[in-house]
Amino acid sequence: MSSLYEQIRADFPILGKKVNGHPLTYLDSAAASLKPLPVIEAVERFYREMPANVHRGVHSLSREATAAYEGARETVRKFINAARIEEIVFTSGTTASINLAARSWAATQLRKGDEIVLSHMEHHSNIVPWKMLCEENGFILKIIPVTDAGELDMEAFHSLLGPRTKLVAVTQVSNALGTINPVEEIIAAAHAHGALALIDAAQSAPCMPIDVQALDCDFLAFSGHKLFGPTGIGVLYAKAGLLEDMPPFLGGGDMILSVSFEEICYNKPPYRFEAGTPNIAGAVGLGRAIDYVRAIGFDRIQEHEQNLLRGATAALNSLEGVRIIGTAEKKAAVISFVIDGVHPHDIGSIVDSCGVAIRAGHHCAQPLMTRFGLPATARAAFSIYNSEDDIERLAAAVHKVREIML
Amino acid sequence: MNISDELYQQTILDYNRSPRNFHKMENPTHFARGLNPLCGDDYTVYLRVNEDDMIEEVSFDGHGCAVSKASASLMTQELKGKTLDEARCLFHTFQELATGKEHSLGKLNVFSGVWKYPERVKCAVLAWHAMDSALSGKKTTSTE
Ligand SMILES: Cc1ncc(COP(=O)(O)O)c(C=O)c1O
Repeated sequence: MSSLYEQIRADFPILGKKVNGHPLTYLDSAAASLKPLPVIEAVERFYREMPANVHRGVHSLSREATAAYEGARETVRKFINAARIEEIVFTSGTTASINLAARSWAATQLRKGDEIVLSHMEHHSNIVPWKMLCEENGFILKIIPVTDAGELDMEAFHSLLGPRTKLVAVTQVSNALGTINPVEEIIAAAHAHGALALIDAAQSAPCMPIDVQALDCDFLAFSGHKLFGPTGIGVLYAKAGLLEDMPPFLGGGDMILSVSFEEICYNKPPYRFEAGTPNIAGAVGLGRAIDYVRAIGFDRIQEHEQNLLRGATAALNSLEGVRIIGTAEKKAAVISFVIDGVHPHDIGSIVDSCGVAIRAGHHCAQPLMTRFGLPATARAAFSIYNSEDDIERLAAAVHKVREIML
Repeated sequence: MNISDELYQQTILDYNRSPRNFHKMENPTHFARGLNPLCGDDYTVYLRVNEDDMIEEVSFDGHGCAVSKASASLMTQELKGKTLDEARCLFHTFQELATGKEHSLGKLNVFSGVWKYPERVKCAVLAWHAMDSALSGKKTTSTE
């Protein structure tokens, strides 16, 4: 077992917390990750030392705040290897990023009858914005089916593409099943049909390196709060040429060059898409979180998490009546499971009483739950700060569920 | 804290395993669906009410957790033979019980510990809300 957990455990003081008399076993990182001290301190330092607005003041504090905010943008650029800093738009999170792409790009570029391809395993935030557009504008949704193992049916995907396909929007890692999707192949196929590709990286950004130039994706979205950073901050990456031509979605301060009642001249990207005072502290915290992740390195993160995934999969499989949903060949450390005869909600409450925090529900992926004929699943998601002990505590708690309920 | 004493008492486990009145009703006079979008609990409650405003028959179907299913099932037993006013009154008292107020409601008292698990209170009252909606002529209710 790698010593990653031992090395970083002290960075997450919340792990010392007792929950219902037990040490905390936090297995809900796919919903929100814990925050390491350097991130908490960076946010605090921002409010303590430079609590001013950005891009506005001529005074020193505002200059410092602006430098911190734009410094975080550069950190994000390097993190996903974007070619240019103006390709990084700060948003409030993945949901806002996808809505921005939908409203500023798709709504203005697509015509009635044009097709948007999604997968059956998308999070609601990569379904609802597109569905809303389709209803308003007569665009058509096409859905990539999911196999029993929880993988995308790639043959079916290729046959969905046609002359009217304008966008393929898929998640890189499924939040509900953990499946890692072959986004390189998806992006290339979209481009071969003259369509653009949007990647939902909400789950992948915390667990694998992302290189938007190598991927050649047109849009990519992720959230700070799943990446050990603050809530209320996220990123939309888009190729510079696209952003250049996109009209703004929200209007207000900071996104304009000049305003009169006769005419408004919009600012250039990324500012055109960041109306109003942004989440400066959030951006600073996200920048620090990225530095934290890069200092550990994705090699170690992946090795650690894949070990936990293997161990937890084996442990759950060895328990009677437990069935894992999502058995893709390539998975992130996310395990959805059900217990015959026990509702996931009851699983969640009982394991919580043992100090084990998991998610129980439809994971904002109702179409996927329907695909598997389930109203809900229980989900254990492992991260850098989990250990083999957490697997044992999960297994013991699941055992207790069966004892009580069956 | 012991979850077996507070949330999963024997009666609840028993009603979860073998729910009473767990079937669709032909020709109900009232029915409504109760949804909890957070966890996907989804029940329909059916009632047959006679001319004297008395509940002659109650049943439910659908799916959800042990707490919501046991509560729905116990509710169907409690409501049979009650007038509409009595049913609404019991709903009100049960809501108070589930949120921590002391009441003596017989078998329903197995839900007196639910308030310690605030996110589960919605499960305990879901079918009751559906019943109340059905009697008010609404077709769906949601506890979100
Ligand atoms: C795959 C995926 N996409 C999108 C989102 C939405 O992210 P946010 O709520 O931060 O906007 C999530 C969060 O659960 C997710 O897991």
